[in-house]
Amino acid sequence: MMPEIHMGVEIAGVKLKNPVMTASGTFGSGAEYGEYVDLNRLGAVVTKGVSSVPWSGNPAPRIAETYGGMLNAVGLQNPGVETFCQRDIPFLKQYDTRVIVNVCGRTVEDYCQVVERLAEEPVDLLEINVSCPNVKEGGIAFGQDAKALEEITRQMKRRAAQPIIMKLSPNVADIGEMARAAQAGGADAISLINTLTGMKIDVHKKTFALANRTGGLSGPAIKPVAVRMVYEASHAVDLPVIGMGGIQNAEDAVEFLLAGACAVSVGTANFKNPCVTQEIVEGLEAYMQKYGMSDVRDLIGAVDAFQETD
Amino acid sequence: MVNLKRKENCRVIEQKRIGRDVYSLWLETKDIASNAAPGQFVMLYGKDGSRLLPRPISVCQTKGNELRLAYRVVGAGTEEFSRLEAGQSLEVLGPLGSGFPIEEVRGKKTLLLGGGIGIPPMLEAAAQLKENVTAVLGYKDEVFLKEDFEKFCPVVYAIEDEAAEADGAIKGNVLDAVREQGVQADVIFACGPAPMLRAIQVYAQGRNIPCWISMEERMACGIGACLGCVCDAVQEDAHLRVYRKRVCKDGPVFLSTEVEL
Repeated sequence: MMPEIHMGVEIAGVKLKNPVMTASGTFGSGAEYGEYVDLNRLGAVVTKGVSSVPWSGNPAPRIAETYGGMLNAVGLQNPGVETFCQRDIPFLKQYDTRVIVNVCGRTVEDYCQVVERLAEEPVDLLEINVSCPNVKEGGIAFGQDAKALEEITRQMKRRAAQPIIMKLSPNVADIGEMARAAQAGGADAISLINTLTGMKIDVHKKTFALANRTGGLSGPAIKPVAVRMVYEASHAVDLPVIGMGGIQNAEDAVEFLLAGACAVSVGTANFKNPCVTQEIVEGLEAYMQKYGMSDVRDLIGAVDAFQETD
Repeated sequence: MVNLKRKENCRVIEQKRIGRDVYSLWLETKDIASNAAPGQFVMLYGKDGSRLLPRPISVCQTKGNELRLAYRVVGAGTEEFSRLEAGQSLEVLGPLGSGFPIEEVRGKKTLLLGGGIGIPPMLEAAAQLKENVTAVLGYKDEVFLKEDFEKFCPVVYAIEDEAAEADGAIKGNVLDAVREQGVQADVIFACGPAPMLRAIQVYAQGRNIPCWISMEERMACGIGACLGCVCDAVQEDAHLRVYRKRVCKDGPVFLSTEVEL
């Protein structure tokens, strides 16, 4: 008989059955992908960004494919927190998985309204999106300035009933400084990376591929950047780190765990294979078996230790 | 435990070039063809890892468990599909989205308007309606699939390019052909480029003809989750709570009165 493999991890006191989560914005609120994956198998579902009132997002085209990746400029379209609480939370609570709500806003007050509305809801964690490159005000304005990030983290922490994860932008000079700012503001965890700001030009039409001109780059093209930033951030702070950026399979997930992430989010890969999240859970178990490991937590940040034993 | 949906690995039965850049691909499917309605689409997944996103292609025709797609090569993704040969396989997800309301219009005089690469999805509509249906096909210069339509219904066709030679073709676009031939309709189904759909929207609304149009947009997930492919809606959408609709999930077939083109 195979020895039992422990797949559970913990983020700010919240136990996840495994470290595989969805990445905000790629998975809706789970309903559509629930037809393709057994949501019970996932460590957590991270919802699309939720704002205080409905947001219409950006005009189309919102999507452009690039080499090994894609740009999106959806602009955080969402039905608003009230509809989310009435419709999407009850849907997710049918499943035995953790619910992490991504919170977005244009002003501090916007963010506060959402976290206060969620206080009484059966939500496990909040991920505060201060890193979306596709909305003009708010969002990334808080995520590219360490002082602003520390301050909004403090505001969120003061009002949130659930532990908060600050989602960091890679569009900064020093990711370690941003991670420390989040920690100084009282964050319970950090997640990274959000998308990298990019642009694509259609050389035949001689126009921008996206109506918004710029968009967020995601997919395997950004994975090495993401792994490096997760490694740096996990060394900069003493907080749980959730890693993401181009994860397509279980080996990619392991790479992030080794770099220092205690959990991972799978985003763009859902578009290439709607069943991919569940396949990564299964692949991670297979990886553990292959290397005779009994606890997935032994992978977290283990790359340094393996260097020393070389 | 509910049955989860998956991509199907489909065998290529036949691929033929039917125009300069237009290909006809017959696939053997397990469930996709038998569940597909005209106007719905499938997602095709390439094998080249540098291209992540699947390509949405409309259902052109079905025969039992066989699915026909007709598509234009417009870039590297569709070029990859065009190299597939009989016996090779391709991952397909679907059928996806809404289709044309065939049963709702049965018995009414139905006009199928197809323009360019919007022509293929009208073929299965013609095949299923069979009676009281006329197809008006608009081409830029090169004619394709016309004979396939003629097996199912009367066909009128138009060619925009003045220099193109084609017997019986009307010079101009789809609506020029409708007007010139005095084609009457109780119902319109249409698919084609945005300017054509805009003109048809105005034409149908001016005459109070119920009209369904099939729209196109850049997509990522294809199942309604990512909100990459929205269009503008006339009214607030009950699900999205904003004046948008998802082309992949709420469409691609919409009533012409519910979307802004």
